[in-house]
Amino acid sequence: MTFTADSRFHRQLIVFNGLLPSLLMAVDGWRGKLGANPVEFVTRATGVLTLVFLVLTLLVTPLRKLMGWNWLLKQRRLIGLYAFYYSVAHLLTYLVGDRDWQILTVAADVVKRPFIAVGMLSFLLMVPLAVTSTNAMIKRMGGKRWAQLHRLTYLITIGGVIHYYLIVKSDITYPLFFAVLTALLLGYRLWMSLAKAKSN
Amino acid sequence: MSGSSKIPSSEITPEETFLNRRFFMKSAIWAGSSVATAGLYRAFAPRPEVASVGSVITSVAEPAVQSVLAADEKINSFGEIAGYNNYYEFSTDKSEVADKARNFVTNPWAVEVGGLVQSPRTFDLEELLKMESVERTYRFRCVEGWSMVIPWVGFPLAKLLAKVQPMSQATHVAFETYYDLKQMPDAGSAGIDLPYVEGLRLDEAMHPLTLMATGLYGKTLPNQNGAPIRLVVPWKYGFKSIKSVVKITLTDKEPPTTWNLANPREYGFYSNVNPTVDHPRWSQARERRIGESGTRETFMFNGYAEQVASLYAGMDLRTHF
Repeated sequence: MTFTADSRFHRQLIVFNGLLPSLLMAVDGWRGKLGANPVEFVTRATGVLTLVFLVLTLLVTPLRKLMGWNWLLKQRRLIGLYAFYYSVAHLLTYLVGDRDWQILTVAADVVKRPFIAVGMLSFLLMVPLAVTSTNAMIKRMGGKRWAQLHRLTYLITIGGVIHYYLIVKSDITYPLFFAVLTALLLGYRLWMSLAKAKSN
Repeated sequence: MSGSSKIPSSEITPEETFLNRRFFMKSAIWAGSSVATAGLYRAFAPRPEVASVGSVITSVAEPAVQSVLAADEKINSFGEIAGYNNYYEFSTDKSEVADKARNFVTNPWAVEVGGLVQSPRTFDLEELLKMESVERTYRFRCVEGWSMVIPWVGFPLAKLLAKVQPMSQATHVAFETYYDLKQMPDAGSAGIDLPYVEGLRLDEAMHPLTLMATGLYGKTLPNQNGAPIRLVVPWKYGFKSIKSVVKITLTDKEPPTTWNLANPREYGFYSNVNPTVDHPRWSQARERRIGESGTRETFMFNGYAEQVASLYAGMDLRTHF
């Protein structure tokens, strides 16, 4: 079997590498090596990892079209589920570390602070995508409708980048990095669909 | 398989070699991808704790002052204080500053004190370190919502100002941090205008709690904490306590301050710790004490209301935030 056909191998690789950052974080936490402010670090790390996996899901289509790496398509839902996994961890860290489990104060926080609102909205939009990530769901919804629903990823990623940008005090290097990546990946899609419309 | 049958048998890879090669390839991909993932994580993970390289300050006159902490408040460890720093000239990553500031040259050093004073002059480090010092354990509250308890060594700013005799027109004091792109290569991407400048009203500057710190834990300041000399104003958010001071100027108007210039809506000139006035993007009612789980209540003027509240009598602290 060639590398590109070995989807079981791809799956194992992505499962392990996706899990690895959280495993390392857990080990560091166990050994008390998460720095002076562990809550801040875990919050930031899980947030950034969510963005990383969101961007990776958006990378699949361009890589298929430009490089012919069609084998990636089979792994896209798994990559997306990792984005969801880290966003759940991110939300839990916020609830435990920032809100001290005072769930009722979250609503007030959402209303008062735009960056929390944007983050929360992006998270809520991820829930239906995670729920519909099974084969059975694709069948039930039909491929076309399923694909339409999962285009919400565009909005979620933009929301995630804005959420990141809004919390930074002055050094916007990292949010800008994700903003440029997202713009390129969404720009590519826009350009392709415009080109398609023209040729029709 | 009709095509492949034309290949001479000598060129067909034996099955065993083929499987070995695949096994080797797979292992290499496994190893390579895990090392890359772990390496990426490590690159952004907090750095290991730092040790003190400072020398003992011998000019401490008073024995350690009884700190005015509540019974449940503990002094933070050296590793926490010296391993978690906001010093944007070196890095905007707090756990990285210690490493990036490792080779910062803080000796020789001179602090120029001038402006509206009778006898302007420049103090060199030796003279500053010889000033009669005190040990002061203060709460330190960052505007970002975390806090520490820090055992500073230093002398009241009032003592330094007395040496240059402020003129009667002087109403404010302006401070400036050392700035040098050669020693601070990342300063260009800090996102704030540098050199870093800060300011106090003259009565705030003359207040006995206001300290020029030259050390912590009995030793000279680590570079990342603002060596060799910095301001400490315990009732204000941490960014008012400007680091690595090279210039102090007495003026007759409110001086510009870095974070206020960067974002006037979020950072005021006074920036007194105040749990009732929120930062536009987060609440200031509670704080995360470094080393503790959970959060604790933030006190008015960081717990120094008894000593400093009178400075702001009659002022609306919502407009003068």
